Amino acid sequence: MPSYAARQRKSTIVMALCLMATIIGVAWLFLILFSLLWNGLPGLSLSTFTEMTPPPGSQSGGLLNALYGSLVMTVIGVGIGAPIGILAGTYLAEYGRHSKMTPVIRFINDILLSAPSIIIGLFVYGAVVVPMRSFSAVAGSLALAVIVIPVVVRTTEDMLLLVPNTLREAASALGLPRSYVIRKVAYRAARAGLITGVLLAVARVGGETAPLLFTVLSNQFWSANLLKPMANLPVTINNFINNPDANWKHLAWTGALLITVAVLSLNISARIFGASKDGR
Amino acid sequence: MSTVTQTMQDTSSKNTATQQRARVLVGMAFGDKVFALATKLAAYTVLLVLAGIIVSLVVGAWPAMKAFGFEFLITRRWAPQLEPEPVLGALAPIYGTLVSSFVAMLIAVPFGLGIAIFLTELCPHSLRKPIRLAIELLAGIPSIIYGMWGFFVLGPFLANYIEPGIVAAFANIPVLNTIFGGEIVSNLSLFNASLILAIMILPFITAIAVDVFSTVPPVLKEAAYGIGCTTWEVVNNVVLPFTRVGVVGGVMLALGRALGETMAVTFIIGNSFKISGSIFAPSTTISAAIASEFAESSGVHQSALILLGLLLFVLTFFVLATARFMLMRLEKRAGA
Repeated sequence: MPSYAARQRKSTIVMALCLMATIIGVAWLFLILFSLLWNGLPGLSLSTFTEMTPPPGSQSGGLLNALYGSLVMTVIGVGIGAPIGILAGTYLAEYGRHSKMTPVIRFINDILLSAPSIIIGLFVYGAVVVPMRSFSAVAGSLALAVIVIPVVVRTTEDMLLLVPNTLREAASALGLPRSYVIRKVAYRAARAGLITGVLLAVARVGGETAPLLFTVLSNQFWSANLLKPMANLPVTINNFINNPDANWKHLAWTGALLITVAVLSLNISARIFGASKDGR
Repeated sequence: MSTVTQTMQDTSSKNTATQQRARVLVGMAFGDKVFALATKLAAYTVLLVLAGIIVSLVVGAWPAMKAFGFEFLITRRWAPQLEPEPVLGALAPIYGTLVSSFVAMLIAVPFGLGIAIFLTELCPHSLRKPIRLAIELLAGIPSIIYGMWGFFVLGPFLANYIEPGIVAAFANIPVLNTIFGGEIVSNLSLFNASLILAIMILPFITAIAVDVFSTVPPVLKEAAYGIGCTTWEVVNNVVLPFTRVGVVGGVMLALGRALGETMAVTFIIGNSFKISGSIFAPSTTISAAIASEFAESSGVHQSALILLGLLLFVLTFFVLATARFMLMRLEKRAGA
């Protein structure tokens, strides 16, 4: 057995390494945020929000059509995915709590939660783009909805399972039907958690690029037609990075800064929102 | 007379009240059934999505399966433009996917566990939340941002300052001079992709490790400290053995993420369908190949890309399923 001093030394060294790992881990975040601010902030101006994406070689331009497209597709995607996710989570936590299928559905849902998003893109390409014979904003929104569903199912189930059964029993004892117990009592008790789940889902799809690459493509111009390719921020950034045009590169950095700030603030507010309710 | 009318009025109002109540109850029962059915349908949508993914990938991949058969898995060449028949083989992207994820795990697992140990054993209570938040926000950054950052910032830095030094250091050692060898030609390489992947999956490993570390009953740790164990000895002999299944589950979950990660890798791996012994050489992964070629592909080329996607889905499905089984085992034990 080594001496106590030697053991203590070994422990100190390992713990110092752990401290270093933590410092480096946190440093990555700040390094990335710093480069985004450094490269993206100078290009940020009012015209970013009022002008369209420019053709190559021009000196001006903004991201208006891309921002609009991203917003529209995120809203539609979450609008389709979140209700399905909440209902499915309700089934797992309430009606199907003792069903034999529930563990199977939960398991498949957990796998879909981490499935590569590019596979979702391939799926929607085969299921929507090929039959419709056109890349479209609808296809992109559906791809996002497929990504939203598992996220919302998971949080909804978790949050509903946290609601004490005594609440449900009290409501049932008053003679309320099951669906009223769930909608008026369980949903209300779990409201903060449910909203947190939806916010996290928005944050998750806000920056998704891979499933949009060959479902919506992108669009150089303003397009509000949901059945046509639509400009969107992630794919626009993707296309701008792959091009030597200096103006496009600046716009790509600015767009990246906007996406990151939006996604991270959604993440943080979802956490604050979820925590504020827990504390009460 | 008047009392009779009174009674009749009473009964009629009682009747309407009963009828009303009956109507409301029927309506409620109907709404109840509809709601129950809607939740059930939504839950089965999850299974439907999985079935849809499998069917649509198999249908899309079918022409390539027919054209190449098993050869697809062992062919190194990827020549979609070749006349008259394109030659397409999955070996290079499969190799790139496995190696880049493996190297990423080599970097991320020690870092992730180290951070988790620091957070659970050493960290002052007031710092715990902010540090955990910072690490978890790394998981929130969209992957295209990682790709962009790797392409413009990290890649050039590594290629200019770090990688030439490593190549020089290993130049005279056999085997290692192949792995860490070659000329650093650009900011695109397998290693750069691995490093970015490592940063991306770090939060998953840390988050799960912190969660499973906190399932260790305090008495066990206190007993170990009580007989004079150092912090490291407690971690190594009590915490890690107790949580092994969960830690491995978390690592597998992170591996599943790394295998399928697309945008971060596509920009920095170089998209080269060559198998090189050196980790500093450009390479490609399944997802990068799909992302960069799919939009301009057609015919059997497109089908081959979908077949690659199918392979990736099967691979990640098994990795993630194993991960979930392990985590479920731990949950059961914690619940018991």
